[in-house]
Amino acid sequence: MDQTTLNFIVVGASFALYFGIAIWARAGSTSEFYAAGRGVNPVVNGMATAADWMSAASFISMAGLIAFVGYNNSSFLMGWTGGYVLMAMLLAPYLRKFGKYTVPEFVGDRFYSNSARVVAVICLIVISVTYVIGQMTGAGVAFSRFLEVSSTVGLLTASAVVFIYAVLGGMKGITYTQVAQYVVLIIAYTIPAVFISLQLTGNPIPGLGLFSNMSEGQAGAGTPLLVTLDGLLTDLGFNQYTTGNTPWLMALFTLSLMIGTAGLPHVIIRFFTVPKVADARWSAGWALVFIALLYLTAPAVGAMARLNIMTTMWPNGVEGEPVAVDDLPDWFRTWSATGLLGVEDKNGDGLIQYYNERSPAMQEMAAERGWEGNELVTFNQDILVLANPEIAQLPGWVIALIAAGGIAAALSTAAGLLLAISSAISHDLIKSVINPNISEKGELLAARISMAGAIALATWLGLNPPGFAALVVALAFGLAAATLFPTLMMGIFSKRMNAAGATAGMLAGLILTCAYLFTYLGIFFIPGTNLLENTAANYLFGIPPTHFGPIGALANFAVAYAVSSMTAAPPQHIQDLVESVRIPRGAGGALNK
Amino acid sequence: MAEKPHNNAYWAANIRLITVCLVIWALASYGFAILLRPLISGIAVGGTDLGFWFAQQGSILVFLVLIFFYAWRMNKIDKEHGVDE
Repeated sequence: MDQTTLNFIVVGASFALYFGIAIWARAGSTSEFYAAGRGVNPVVNGMATAADWMSAASFISMAGLIAFVGYNNSSFLMGWTGGYVLMAMLLAPYLRKFGKYTVPEFVGDRFYSNSARVVAVICLIVISVTYVIGQMTGAGVAFSRFLEVSSTVGLLTASAVVFIYAVLGGMKGITYTQVAQYVVLIIAYTIPAVFISLQLTGNPIPGLGLFSNMSEGQAGAGTPLLVTLDGLLTDLGFNQYTTGNTPWLMALFTLSLMIGTAGLPHVIIRFFTVPKVADARWSAGWALVFIALLYLTAPAVGAMARLNIMTTMWPNGVEGEPVAVDDLPDWFRTWSATGLLGVEDKNGDGLIQYYNERSPAMQEMAAERGWEGNELVTFNQDILVLANPEIAQLPGWVIALIAAGGIAAALSTAAGLLLAISSAISHDLIKSVINPNISEKGELLAARISMAGAIALATWLGLNPPGFAALVVALAFGLAAATLFPTLMMGIFSKRMNAAGATAGMLAGLILTCAYLFTYLGIFFIPGTNLLENTAANYLFGIPPTHFGPIGALANFAVAYAVSSMTAAPPQHIQDLVESVRIPRGAGGALNK
Repeated sequence: MAEKPHNNAYWAANIRLITVCLVIWALASYGFAILLRPLISGIAVGGTDLGFWFAQQGSILVFLVLIFFYAWRMNKIDKEHGVDE
C-alpha cells in the first residue's frame, strides 16, 4: 500500500470518529449548544481546552519557530502556557460563577450597557475571525501535503467536516470531538519525538533528552546534545542556540502572548462548560497538563530535528566533505518534491554545502574551500515536525498519524473559534440587542444559522486570505491583550469600575493597538499603506508591533480608571453582582435539558 | 449582602493567594528564564545553564504546580469561609 492511500485511510478513520461523536452528542437546547449543558467533567474539559488551544501553528510550526531562533523564541513556550496561570486565577472561576454563555454577555451585563456589549462583540469577532483564517489555511495545507489534493479541495473538505459536527452539536459536539482530536494530535506528536530522542540520546522522554548527552555512534557522542548543536551552529556561522539578545524585548513579547492567551474568548468559554467554580479551577490545571505534554516536547523536537538535518548535510563533520547530491536520504528527496526543502549545487562539485552565507567568517572559509554560497536554498521551518517520522525511520502509519494530527489540530481550534463567533452573534446581538423576545427554539435555530454563516465566511477568507495571514498571531494576541483581558479583569476585581470607564478603556486599547499595528503593517494590513517602514529603527521606544499587547492593555487600564473616577459609581445591583461572581456558592451545577 | 464582612475576609484571602502565586509565576518566567538569567548562569544543566532550562521546561512545570496549588488552596479557603458548593 502506498503512503498516500495509508494517509487517506487514517485521516478518513479520524473523520468517521468525529462524525460518530457528533451524532451521539448533538445539542437539543441553547444551554447545550453554548455550554454543553454545563455537565463536562473538568479533566475532559481540560483535554478539550488543550485541543481548542493548540492550533495548526502549535502543531506544525512551533518546533520550527524555536529551532531556527533558539533561546529567544522560548517566548512562545512560556507565553502560550503562562497565560493559563492568569486565566485560572484572574478570570475563569468568576466567569463560570457568572453562569452565562458568552464573553460579551458578561461585559454587557456587568457594565449594564449595550454599547459595552457591542464593543466586546466587535473585539471578539475581530480577534476570532483573524485567528480562524490561519486555521482554515492550515487545514488546507495539511490536506494538500499528505493527501495530494489541492489546498482548495482540502480547505473545502475541512469546512464540510467542521460544518457537520459544529452545526449539529454546538459546544457539546465540539467538546467531545476536541477530546478525540487531542488524543490523535498528541499521539502523532509524541511518537516520532520519543524515537528521535532515543536515537540521539537514549532517553525516551524528549524534554529530558534535550538536556542529555549524545549516544554512542552519534556525532559528538558523550557530550551534551545542546553543546553539540551549539558547536555545529557556530562552526557553520549561525547564532548559538542557547544564547539570546535584548532580554527586555523577550520579556515584553512573552507578556504580550500571556495576556493575549488569557483574553482569548474561544478559550475562556470552554470554562463555562464545567458544573462548578471549583471544577473551573481544576480544569485550568488539567488543560495545562495536556498542553504541557506537547509544549515540553516541542523544544526537544525542534533542537533534535535541526541537529539531524545538520548532521545529514555534514555527515563527516564541518571539517570533512559535506553530503553528495547522490547520497541524500530518501526522506530528503520526498520533501524536496513538496518545495519545503530544496538544494542547488551552485559550484557544481556534486556536494551540498549548507552554511550561513551572511557570516563574514564563513565567506572567508567559502572562498578558501571553493564554495559559492549556501546550497540548502529552501529550508522551511515546518519541515522539522512534518518530516520527523521519516527522519526517525518510523513506519508509514506514523506518517499518516502526523497527517491526521495536523488536520485535527486545525479543525479543533477552528471549531472553537467558530462557536465563539456564532454565539456572539446569536446570543449577544440577536437575543440581547435585536430581538430579546426570541424563543428558546428560535435562538437555537439562530445559533445554528450563525454557525453556518461563520463557517461560510471563514471558508471564503481562507480561500481569499487578505494578505496578512502571517500577521494573524500579532493581531489576535495584541487585541485580546489590549481589549478583552483588562475589561474582564476590571469587571471582576474592581467594584467601582462603571460602564463609561470600561467602554472607553476597551475602545482606547482597540484603537491604540490597531493604530500601532497599521502604522507599520499597513492600514487594514493592505501592503503599501503603512506610514512607516516596519524596521527596528522606526519603532516607538524600539517596540515591534508584535510586542505591543501589554502597552495596549496598560492604555485600557489607565483610560478606564480615569474615566470611571470622573463618572458615577455603578448602581447597587451591579455591585451586588460583582460580590456574587467573587464567591463560588450558587453556580448552579450541571443543567438538564 | 448580609454576609459582607465575611465575604471581605474571603476576598482578601483570595487576593493574597493570587499575589503570592503571581510573584512565583513572574519569577520563574520573566525572572529566571529571561531577566535574571545572567545571575544564575553559573549553574550548569545538561550542556547549558539553568536559565535556558527554565525558559524551555522549568517555567511550564512551575506554571502547572501553581495552578494546581491555587485550585487546592482556594477550594480549602472556600470551605473555611463557607462559600463552597
